[in-house]
Amino acid sequence: MRTGSFESMVDAFYIFKKDLIQEFKTRYALNAIILFAVVTLTAVSFSIGVISADDDILCAMFWIILFFSSMSGLSHIFVREEETHTADTLKLVTCPTAVYLGKLLFNFMLLLALEIILVPLYFGLMDFYVRHLPLFLIVLAIGSVGLAGGGTIVAAIIAKASSRGALFTVLSFPVLLPLLISGISATRIAVNARSFTEASAELQTLTAYGVVVITVSILLFEFIWNE
Amino acid sequence: MQIKAENLRKEYNGRLIFKNINLEIGDRTCIAVTGINGSGKTTLIRILANLVSPTMGKITYQSKGAEISKEKIHQYCSLVSPYLELYQDLTARENLWFLGKLKKVEKLDSKIDRLMNRFGLKGREDEAVKNYSSGMKQRLKYVFALISDPEILFVDEPRSNLDDHGIRTVYEVLEEQKKNKILIMATNEKEDLKYADRIVRIDG
Amino acid sequence: MLNRILPFFLFIWICLVIIGAFLYAPLAEGLGELTRVLYFHVPTAWVTVLAFLTGAVFSVLYLKSKSIKYDYYAESASQLGFVFCILATITGSIWAKMSWGSFWNWDPRETSVFILLLIYAAYFALRSAVEQEDKKAALSAVYSILAFVTVPFFVFIVPRVYTSLHPDPLVNPEGEIHMDAKMLTVFLSSLAGFTVLFIWMIRIKMNLVLIHLKLKEMEN
Repeated sequence: MRTGSFESMVDAFYIFKKDLIQEFKTRYALNAIILFAVVTLTAVSFSIGVISADDDILCAMFWIILFFSSMSGLSHIFVREEETHTADTLKLVTCPTAVYLGKLLFNFMLLLALEIILVPLYFGLMDFYVRHLPLFLIVLAIGSVGLAGGGTIVAAIIAKASSRGALFTVLSFPVLLPLLISGISATRIAVNARSFTEASAELQTLTAYGVVVITVSILLFEFIWNE
Repeated sequence: MQIKAENLRKEYNGRLIFKNINLEIGDRTCIAVTGINGSGKTTLIRILANLVSPTMGKITYQSKGAEISKEKIHQYCSLVSPYLELYQDLTARENLWFLGKLKKVEKLDSKIDRLMNRFGLKGREDEAVKNYSSGMKQRLKYVFALISDPEILFVDEPRSNLDDHGIRTVYEVLEEQKKNKILIMATNEKEDLKYADRIVRIDG
Repeated sequence: MLNRILPFFLFIWICLVIIGAFLYAPLAEGLGELTRVLYFHVPTAWVTVLAFLTGAVFSVLYLKSKSIKYDYYAESASQLGFVFCILATITGSIWAKMSWGSFWNWDPRETSVFILLLIYAAYFALRSAVEQEDKKAALSAVYSILAFVTVPFFVFIVPRVYTSLHPDPLVNPEGEIHMDAKMLTVFLSSLAGFTVLFIWMIRIKMNLVLIHLKLKEMEN
């Protein structure tokens, strides 16, 4: 089992690399997710206009944009394998855990790429000021792990179903809602905080959420993948 | 290597596809699965390769007397099938490299060169698979299948999309596989059936 | 034998609970007639949770055994859960309108019940999007387990973010029970009645599933 899990890690890395090369050639997921974020951000900024929204609303809005943008890109990684009939090919060369971990890593990187673009734009366009920036960035990083974890397992589920696009958001929302609520709450604290401890409960929830969702996903993934 | 299938039964939405399939396959054997279209040839192959699970029944794999768990069986199997694709956006070499690495193939680069050469794809390694013709894609699938020296080789429709030259190469390869290991094919071609040691007929 | 007596007994029991709730139990101070909602709202909410748990257990059993009947059982539990969830939402809304002034105001408990509704809706949407039976079973089982493990996070995080007006459930933090003996009798009887009602209903659904599977087998 020990060597098995090490092998899965190595395999996961190869799968990640494969997906990365594929993504660089097509840029499908990256384009979708970033364009979606920019369009939504513009729409929000445009409709709020000169009225300055208060920080509470800006925090919530940020996570909503993040959530819906990720919904436009995270499912691609599994849908692509199903649509091109390569899922069986992967099944013949590696174990389910490696596939899940590889795809998880890819989706996590995709979210980081999204955030690198979204965060400065949001700060600039929305006049959003966070007093405790390190706390905000940590919340974002831990939140992304959970978001990628939950998004990846739901993506695996919907890739096997029909009417995927709408289904992805519908299935993800209730599962990811605890993460969104804690993320929003932690961001609100970061806006005015002076120390990390003020958001310790939220950070714990976010971390626990990521750990639980990813662990459960690893246990359940083979049932989806081998279907 | 040995595969033993007991009492396999597959239903699709409660509709019976086949039942009571019993097989015992050892090394140096070629089995041909035959039956009319829609009789479940491909499904049986996929079940034997552990890609889908049967509705009922059990399959066990043994190597050198020891049982191999289902999680490990992919390391021993390869499959060539019209329903199994390679990554179209990647080049042939990238495809073979990633899939070979995942399958823990040793001396991967030299094997890629050797097999690409054998299947007449030399010089086309760095082209994206989507630019390949259907015959070339089929040959590339054989390269992918053989790169791991599989103990069990599954071939669904061995001849599809191949010209005479391609078929000849494929037959050489299948002959080698049959000589030492296990070859399982799904086909309706009389030529292919002649070739098999045993024929499993499934009728809807 | 038990199957024959149980529905009859259950009927009488629930009738007594209804009569008790309206005639026997005294009204709580400050709540007036509103108290009576309590005897129906809390048990339906409890049964919702119970059904959700049952659904998750059947889902685990399906993944372990791959026996299709557990998938139908899980579906049945979720269908019942959905009905009770709607009832809990409606009774809760009545309460909210009467005591807080509006039918809906994103109180933590209202949020939780709403999330359960969303989960059920998503579960049924998933089921309708997959045609192949065993695929549908596996995917929805995984989803219901996944949803089940994320729900506890709500319990922890939601009250931190939204302040609640909801009365403390049964026992408040100080460990006091805000009910006199008569109220408590009716309340606990109702809780027991609804629990047995749920068990009775799911037993019927489970038997139907078995008959359905048997018929299908005979067709083959």
